[in-house]
Parts: sequence; C-alpha cells; structure tokens
Amino acid sequence: MMYEVRDLQLSLPDMVRKPLLGPAPKIDILKGISFDLPKKSVLGIVGGSGSGKSTLGRTMVRLLEPSAGHIKFDGQDVSHMGEEKLRPLRRRFQMIFQDPMSSLNPRQRIGRIIAAPLELHGWDNVAQRAIEALVMVGLPESFAKRYPHELSGGQRQRVGIARAIALQPEFILADEIVSGLDVSSQAQVLILLEDLVRELDLTLAFVSHDLSVVRRLCDQVIVMREGLIVENAPTATLFTSPQDDYTKELLAAIPLPDPDQPFN
Amino acid sequence: MLSRILFTRLLSTAVTLMGVAVIVFVIIRVVPGNPIAMMLPPGATDADIERLKAFYGFDKSILEQFIVWLANVLQGDFGNSISLRQPVSSLVLGRLPATLELSIFALLMAVLIGGGLALIGTRSRGTATEAAIDVTNGMALSIPDFLWGLFFILMFGVLLPIFHISGRISPSLNLDFSTNFYLVESLLRLRFDIFMDLIGHMFMPALALAIPLAAIIAQLLKQSLKESMNLDYVTLARTKGYSEYQVIIKEALPNAVLPTLTLVGVQFTFLIGGTVIIERLFSYEGLGNMAIDAVINRDLPLIQGIVILFAALFTVINLVVDMMYVVLNPKLRHA
Ligand SMILES: Nc1ncnc2c1ncn2[C@@H]1O[C@H](COP(=O)(O)OP(=O)(O)OP(=O)(O)O)[C@@H](O)[C@H]1O
Ligand SMILES: [Mg+2]
Repeated sequence: MMYEVRDLQLSLPDMVRKPLLGPAPKIDILKGISFDLPKKSVLGIVGGSGSGKSTLGRTMVRLLEPSAGHIKFDGQDVSHMGEEKLRPLRRRFQMIFQDPMSSLNPRQRIGRIIAAPLELHGWDNVAQRAIEALVMVGLPESFAKRYPHELSGGQRQRVGIARAIALQPEFILADEIVSGLDVSSQAQVLILLEDLVRELDLTLAFVSHDLSVVRRLCDQVIVMREGLIVENAPTATLFTSPQDDYTKELLAAIPLPDPDQPFN
Repeated sequence: MLSRILFTRLLSTAVTLMGVAVIVFVIIRVVPGNPIAMMLPPGATDADIERLKAFYGFDKSILEQFIVWLANVLQGDFGNSISLRQPVSSLVLGRLPATLELSIFALLMAVLIGGGLALIGTRSRGTATEAAIDVTNGMALSIPDFLWGLFFILMFGVLLPIFHISGRISPSLNLDFSTNFYLVESLLRLRFDIFMDLIGHMFMPALALAIPLAAIIAQLLKQSLKESMNLDYVTLARTKGYSEYQVIIKEALPNAVLPTLTLVGVQFTFLIGGTVIIERLFSYEGLGNMAIDAVINRDLPLIQGIVILFAALFTVINLVVDMMYVVLNPKLRHA
C-alpha cells in the first residue's frame, strides 16, 4: 500500500470565534477518515467546497499534523514524525497546489523554485535537473530564468508539476490543479499529468470538483462531506451505482459528457 | 524604469515646490502681524517704519515681492532672517542636521519596535500575546506624539531623571564639531562619551515621535505577515526544517514588507512634521524649534526658507520610497 489512513482526525483553532483572552475553540475539520491507497493507482477525492479535501491532502503530505488517527506511507507511520525524520520521506510524496500564485515564491526565478527542494535533499547538478523537469512538463529551458508573474496560469501550474516530479517522487497529490485555468489549458495540463503518471509509475491522489475528469483519470474515488468519507468505491461502481445520497446529488448536479471522449 | 521615475519625479517636484512657495508666500503676508512693528522700539516714527519696509521690500505688492524673492532663490539666495539678521540659507541648513538626526533616529526606533512587535505577534498569532500586542497598539495609536513627550518629561525627566529633558547636547561637552551632524560625527571620531550624551538628549523626543509610527508599522506589517503565512510557498518552507521565526523572516517578510514600506514613507513625513512641536517641548535646537520662533517673530524670509526646505525634504523622502518599492518589487523590477 502507498497509503493506509486510519480514523484520521484534524482540528484547528477557530480564530473567528476566538475570545480576546484565552484559547480559540477548536473546529473539527477531518472527523475520522479511513481508506487505503494501493501503489500505482489513481485516487479521486471529490466533495463540496469546505468538505475537507485540501485539508486531507495536506495532512497526507504532512504539511499538517493530525490530531488523532494514523497515516502510514509505504508502511511507515508518518502521523507525528518530526521534520528531520520526515525529510527523506518528503522527497517521496509531493504535492501540487491549487493556486500557483500562492505556491510559487514571486521573488524567485523558476529555475530556483524547482532546484531549491533538490538542493535541500542533497542532490547534485540541481540546475540541470531543474531544466530537465521543465522540459518534461513541456516548457522551454529559457523559462528557468523567468519569474512566476511572467508566466501564464497554465505555465505556472506546469511549473508546480515540474517542481513535484523533479524529486522523482512515488506519490503526488494534485489539489484542484486546473480549477483556476481556462478550459483548453485545463485539458492540456490534465493530459500532461495523465502522461506523467503513466511514464513515471506514479501513485496519484487527485482532488477535483470536476467529476467527468475524475471518471476519466481515477481508479478509485472517495466522496467527502463535512470531514467524513460518505462513499469509497472503484470509479466504475461509483458512477454506475452510487450508494450514498450525497454522491447521487453530486452526480446529478454535474452534467457528464461522454466519458470515452478525449479531453478537449 | 528607475530613470524614468526619477525624471518625472524631478519635474513634479519642481512644480510642487513652486506651488508651496506661492501658497506660503501669500499666507504669511495676509495673516495679521507685522514683522517691522516687532523690530522697532516703541515710538519709532512713520518715516523709520517706511524706511525699514522699503529695506525688506515689504512696500511693494505681493506679486512684485514674490518675483524678487524667486529671482533671488534661483540664485541660491533665500534672503536674510529679520529676527536673527543672518542669511536664511545658512541658518536653515545649520539646523537641518539636528532635525534629520532626530527624525531618522526616531524612524529607526519605530521600525525596530514596530517590526519587532509584528514579528512577535505573527509568531504568536492566536494567543494572548497577540491580543496584548493589539491592545497596546490601539492605545499607542490613540495618543499623539506630544502627549507621549509630556509624559516622558514627567516620568524620565522629573520623577526618575534618567534622560536629559532639554537641549541637544550638554553645554559642558565640546568637540569643536566640524559639521552639525553631531551624532554621526561623534561616532566617526569615536567620541562615545559625546555620542551617549547626544543619545541621552535625543532618546525621549525620538521615542515620543516613534511610538505612533511604531504602532502603525506593527499593525500593518503583522496583518500582511499573517496573510503571507497562509501562502503555500511559505508552508512549503517549513519542510526545509526552518523554525517558525526563520519561516516568517526568510519567506513571509520579503513580500509582506511592501505595503508597510509605502506607508512608512508617508508616515515618516508626518513624523518630521511632528518634530516641530516635539523639538519645542524638549528645547531641541532643530528646524522645528526655529520654525516656531520664526512664526512668533513674523520672520517672513525665515518661515519661507524653512517651509520650502521641509517641502523639499518630503518630496525627497517620497522619491526614495518609490525607488525602494521598485527595487524590492520583482513585478516592477522585471517589467
Ligand atoms: N487554517 C484554517 N483555520 C480554520 N479553519 C480552516 C483552516 N483551513 C481550512 N479550514 C476550514 O476547514 C474546512 C475544510 O477546508 P478545506 O480547504 O479542506 O476544504 P476543501 O474541501 O478543500 O474545499 P474547496 O473545494 O473549496 O477547496 C473548511 O470549512 C474551512 O473553512
Ligand atoms: Mg481545497
């Protein structure tokens, strides 16, 4: 198994209801999540806005620490691992963020952005590797010298992908990576991701609102609602015979194009 | 980019200064009070008055006076002070270093205090410490600089006499300064006794000027920092094994600092404006103190000179801030 998640819970202090003095009350965002993610499979994570998809993703790549429960990555419990011990594992699980403007440091050149994590993991030839990663995501080498604001939205998202794959990870979490893009760039980025997953033998967790994309890309889908998984099923099963009412609602709400049609 | 900004700014500076000159020139001539009357002993004859008026050119129309004044100014001659009977330019430039040292010292204090509070508040966001910082900020913002000045005089000048409450330097000390930048000069000449004496005089007025600005910096910078802390690339920096303070300073600060920088530029000019009252309060021999005397004495040439100098100073500060903004903002630097 790539991931084994058991009764994962996460609560954060609620700053809005924080009294002037004293601690903020906690709000439970993940309320007991369990699922398995086999190696080299693609998991779709769907659910309404605020259902906790991003929070789950961030906890899986340990940008957040769970309040209770366990996350095992390739058999190792990473739930409360310290940063030092996590370091070698971090290379193996990567995340691509929803908003590239927020995930790319505006003061750094693209080459630097991609190379910095490589350096952190003690690799050599980082500049060369950064350029290779750029080429792999279909960007010209010259982009290494550019700043994030000099790129289009689709190009920025490709940089996010390049940063993730440069480390040759085994697992990538892609959090709504195309939701900010126009339809044709969406399709291009998705095709790229699909190709990379196949070429690099990646395990992928794909957070999305777009059920038609999930249907095409994913082997297994979990449906989240208010911090809980309401349904977890193989893609085909979920789309042909959804069990949970909320899943049915989601399926009904989204017009599904012919799933066998290619993107764009 | 920079040279274009510089050019348009120089142009608009010239226009601004011209406007300031016209306004000041007119205002100080239409408000009541006659400089000549204050110079002559009681019982002077009308002929004496007329003679003096003609000497200073006050018998001509405002327009004529202005043209004469402007023509002289363009040749570097700001006229003579009526009350001090010396050239305005040397008087004003002689006092400028004192005010600059005080203002810049106050600015440094404000940046250190305000920046420090912003960092601590960001580090401890959501805790009682942050709440305490917010409350303190609110209080500091609602009390003007001269009240802080009065309070410090009472507290640390009278009740617990730690600092000097008046003047710029103790009269017993003498270094034969070759410039009027006493603080800088004493430091360069390694006279730390004199340096400390100057700081002892400057500390309270500078702190009074600094507190309101420090509160503004703390508030705005903390706000921007907290927003930056939620950016994904800042979150990613934690995985480098950075401590929380390292994350704040290395990753969040460089981008969060820009809005604060712009505001500090504007607020710094207000701070310099505040020196007028504060210098008076602490009998600090700077431009502001001289300005009040000039107004009391209806010393028109001196008032004009001081106001023009202040206006020039403000435009220079705004220019520097704009340049820094361009240099620090990658989106402008590489546009
Ligand atoms: N730092 C935080 N502090 C407090 N509450 C938070 C924080 N981050 C997220 N939340 C709350 O947790 C819940 C889940 O957020 P999350 O971002 O995981 O949702 P999501 O499913 O990814 O939504 P979307 O589809 O809009 O991206 C939301 O109700 C959100 O308001
Ligand atoms: Mg999300």
